Amino acid sequence: MSAQPDLLYSEEEEALRAAVRDLLADHCDAPGVIARTESDTPHDFAAWKALADGMGLAGLLVPEDKGGQGATHREVAVVLEELGRAVAPVPYLASAVVATEALLACEADDLLAELASGRRIGALAVALNVAPGGAYKVVRHEGGALHGELTAIADAQAADVLLVPADDGGLYAVESSAAAVTPQISFDLTRPLATVSLDGAQGRLLGDAEVAVHRALRAGAGLLASEQLGLAEWTLTETVRYLKERKQFNRPVGGFQALKHRLAQLWLEVVNLRAAARNAADALATGEDTDVAVAVAQAYAASVAVHAAEEALQLHAGIGMTWEHPIHLYLKRAKADSIAYGTAGAHRVRLAELVDLQAP
Amino acid sequence: MTDAAELQRRTAELLAAHQPASTDRLDFLKARFDAGLAWVHYPEGLGGLNAPRSLQAVVDAELEAAGAPDNDPRRNGIGLGMAAPTILKYGTEEQKQRYLRPLWVGEEVWCQLFSEPGAGSDLAALGTRAVREGDEWVVNGQKVWTSGAHNSRWAILIARTDPDVPKHAGITYFICDMTDPGVDVRPLRQITGEAEFNEVFLTDVRIPDSRRLGEVGDGWRVAQTTLNNERVAIGGMRLPREGGMIGPVSKTWRERPELRTQELHQRLLKLWVDSEVARLTAERLRQQLVAGQPGPEGAGMKLAFARLNQEISGLEVELRGEEGLLYDDWTMRRPELVDFTGRDAGYRYLRSKGNSIEGGTTEVLLNIVAERVLGLPAEPRTDKDVAWKDLSR
Repeated sequence: MSAQPDLLYSEEEEALRAAVRDLLADHCDAPGVIARTESDTPHDFAAWKALADGMGLAGLLVPEDKGGQGATHREVAVVLEELGRAVAPVPYLASAVVATEALLACEADDLLAELASGRRIGALAVALNVAPGGAYKVVRHEGGALHGELTAIADAQAADVLLVPADDGGLYAVESSAAAVTPQISFDLTRPLATVSLDGAQGRLLGDAEVAVHRALRAGAGLLASEQLGLAEWTLTETVRYLKERKQFNRPVGGFQALKHRLAQLWLEVVNLRAAARNAADALATGEDTDVAVAVAQAYAASVAVHAAEEALQLHAGIGMTWEHPIHLYLKRAKADSIAYGTAGAHRVRLAELVDLQAP
Repeated sequence: MTDAAELQRRTAELLAAHQPASTDRLDFLKARFDAGLAWVHYPEGLGGLNAPRSLQAVVDAELEAAGAPDNDPRRNGIGLGMAAPTILKYGTEEQKQRYLRPLWVGEEVWCQLFSEPGAGSDLAALGTRAVREGDEWVVNGQKVWTSGAHNSRWAILIARTDPDVPKHAGITYFICDMTDPGVDVRPLRQITGEAEFNEVFLTDVRIPDSRRLGEVGDGWRVAQTTLNNERVAIGGMRLPREGGMIGPVSKTWRERPELRTQELHQRLLKLWVDSEVARLTAERLRQQLVAGQPGPEGAGMKLAFARLNQEISGLEVELRGEEGLLYDDWTMRRPELVDFTGRDAGYRYLRSKGNSIEGGTTEVLLNIVAERVLGLPAEPRTDKDVAWKDLSR
C-alpha cells in the first residue's frame, strides 16, 4: 500500500448523486417498482434509457476514445448507491459494470461502444452467486456452435447480447435472439434471473474467458458493496423516520431505548460500510491493493445490508410484512446480494490467503 | 490566514534559532510554544497562529524530520486533550496565560476530577460540594477513576455549588491544585492487578475564586467542551493495517500453526475484517476533518474499537490454549502510561473490558448517537425539574 485511499466523495460525485437521485425519484417510486415486479417487463426500460442515454452513465467505465465517459469506479459506485436506495430494476450492475469489465478485458471495442452508449444491454452468462476466482459453468463449443444451459443469469431477460464462457476457454458474444432466455422465479424481484439455453447458437469469440470473467466478477463484487450501502442507508433512514412518527403507549416508539440502541448500532454499521465501500471503489479505480479491498468490502457488506433490512422489517412490525410496503423489496435484494458475487464467507476464505492468515 | 508556506518558514526560523541537537528539551518546547507552532489553531500568544488545525501536520513533519523533541503528548493526555480546549474556551486571559504554556510543554500534568462513586453515567448528579467563603471555595467530596492523579500538578474539577436547583444548573467548574493538603490521592486497584486510576478524596480543599472556569452554576456547559474533546481524542487516531488489537493475535496465528482450529479461524477472519473496516472508518473520519467536513461519525469510533478490543483479546486468550490459563503478572503497580496492546493476551482481555465503560459507557454513547445523530426522542425524564437535593440516591 503506497498512497492512502481517498475515502471521501468529491463535489462532482455529490453532484452526480443528486442528479441520479432526482431521476430515480421521477422514475422509480416504490408503488411503481412493486407493481412492475409482477408485470411482463420486470425491468424499467424508461429509467434505464434516462440513465444510460440521457445521462451517459452506462459508459462511465469505458474510455472516451472507445465511446464512453472515461470516468472511474468511484463515480459508478455513487450511481450504484443511488440505485440501491431505490432498488431500481435496471440492468446497470450487469451491463455497465460486469459485462463492460469483461469486454474491457477482451478489447471488444465495437460491443464496448454499444454497451457504453446504453443502446444495447449486455449480460455476462455466469451465475450470479459465483465469486471472483470461483468455478463457473461453461457451455460446449462444438462444430463452430455453442450448446448448453446456464442458470441464474442476472438481467439476462433485459440483455441484447450475452457473454458466454465455453469449454474451449473462450468467451463468446451471443445475440439474445439466438438463445432461449427463460425467466426464473427469482427471490429478488428487482434483479430477475433467467436461464440461458444455447442449442447450436453462433457465437463470436471475444477473448480468454478466465481473465475476463475474473476481472468482471471482481469489479461486480467490489461495486456491489456500494449498492448494499445504498440499500442499508435507505432502510435505516426510512425506519428512523417511521419510528419518530409511529406512536404507541402515548409516545413515539422511536423514543424507547431498546429500539434506539438497535438503530444506533445499525447507524454504526452503515458508517463502517461506507468506508469499506468507498475503499473498494477507490482501489478498483487506482489498482492499488484491489484484491484485499474488494474482499474486505464483500466480507463486510452483506451482513450490514441484510441486518438493516431485517431490522427495518421488525421495527416497522405489521406494516413491514405487507406486500404494499416496499421494505420487502429491500430485504429480498439485500438477501440476494449476500449471495451475489460470492458470500461473505467466500470472500473471507480469499482474504485468508491474501493477508496470510492460513486455515489450520 | 496563515498558510502552509508561512508555517514552514516559521518552523525553519525556530529550528535555526534553537538547534534541537544543542538546545535543552524544555527550552526548545517553550520556544516552539512562543513561536506559535505548538498547536497552530490556537490564538497567537497562546502557542498558536490562528491557522487551520489541519496544518499542524505540516509543522509536526518538519520538526520530526529535523530531530526536534516533542512534548510527549501521551504523558499529558487529559491536559492536552481536555483541559486545554476548555481553558481556551472559558478561561480568563490571565488563566490562559498562566496554564496553557506549562501544560503544553509538559511541565505541568493535568488530571480530571469528574466521576464520583454516586455519579457515573449520570455525571450531572455529582455531590462533591463547593461552598463559597469570601474569595475562596471550600471543597469536600470524593472523586474516582482519576488516571494520573498521583503525577498531576492540576486537575479540572466540577463540583456542586447550589443543591437547591435542578442538577445541571447547580454545578461550577474549577481548576484544583493537586498539591493542596486537603487532596488525598489513593490508588484504585483494577482487575488487571495494577492501579492506573485513583480515588481522590477532597477534604476542605481551598480553591481561590480566580481558579473558577466560567460562571458560577455554568459548570455543566463548560464540562461539555471537555467531554466532547475527550471523544474526539479517543476516536481520532490514525492506524496502519493490523495497527490495533488485531495485530498481536494475527502475529500469533502466523507464527504458531499448532494453535489453529477451524472455529477460531472463522472468528479471526471475521474480526480481522471488522478491524480493517473500523480502521478505514477512522481514516475516512480523519480525511473528513482535514477537508473541513467533520461528520458525526466520530461518535461511533469509540464504540467500534471497544467491542473489537474485547472480542479480539478474548479470542487470543482462547487461541493460546494452555498459555491462556496463565497470566503474566498480578503485581500491583501504578503505570504512568497505559498501552492497551501491551503485555499478554490475558492482560489485554481484562484491560479492554474498561473500553466500553471509560469515556462514556457504550449504552450512553448509543443514546447519544440515537438522539443527536438520528434525532430520535429522549426517554421521558423524572429528574429535569427536581432540585438536586431532592433526587433519590
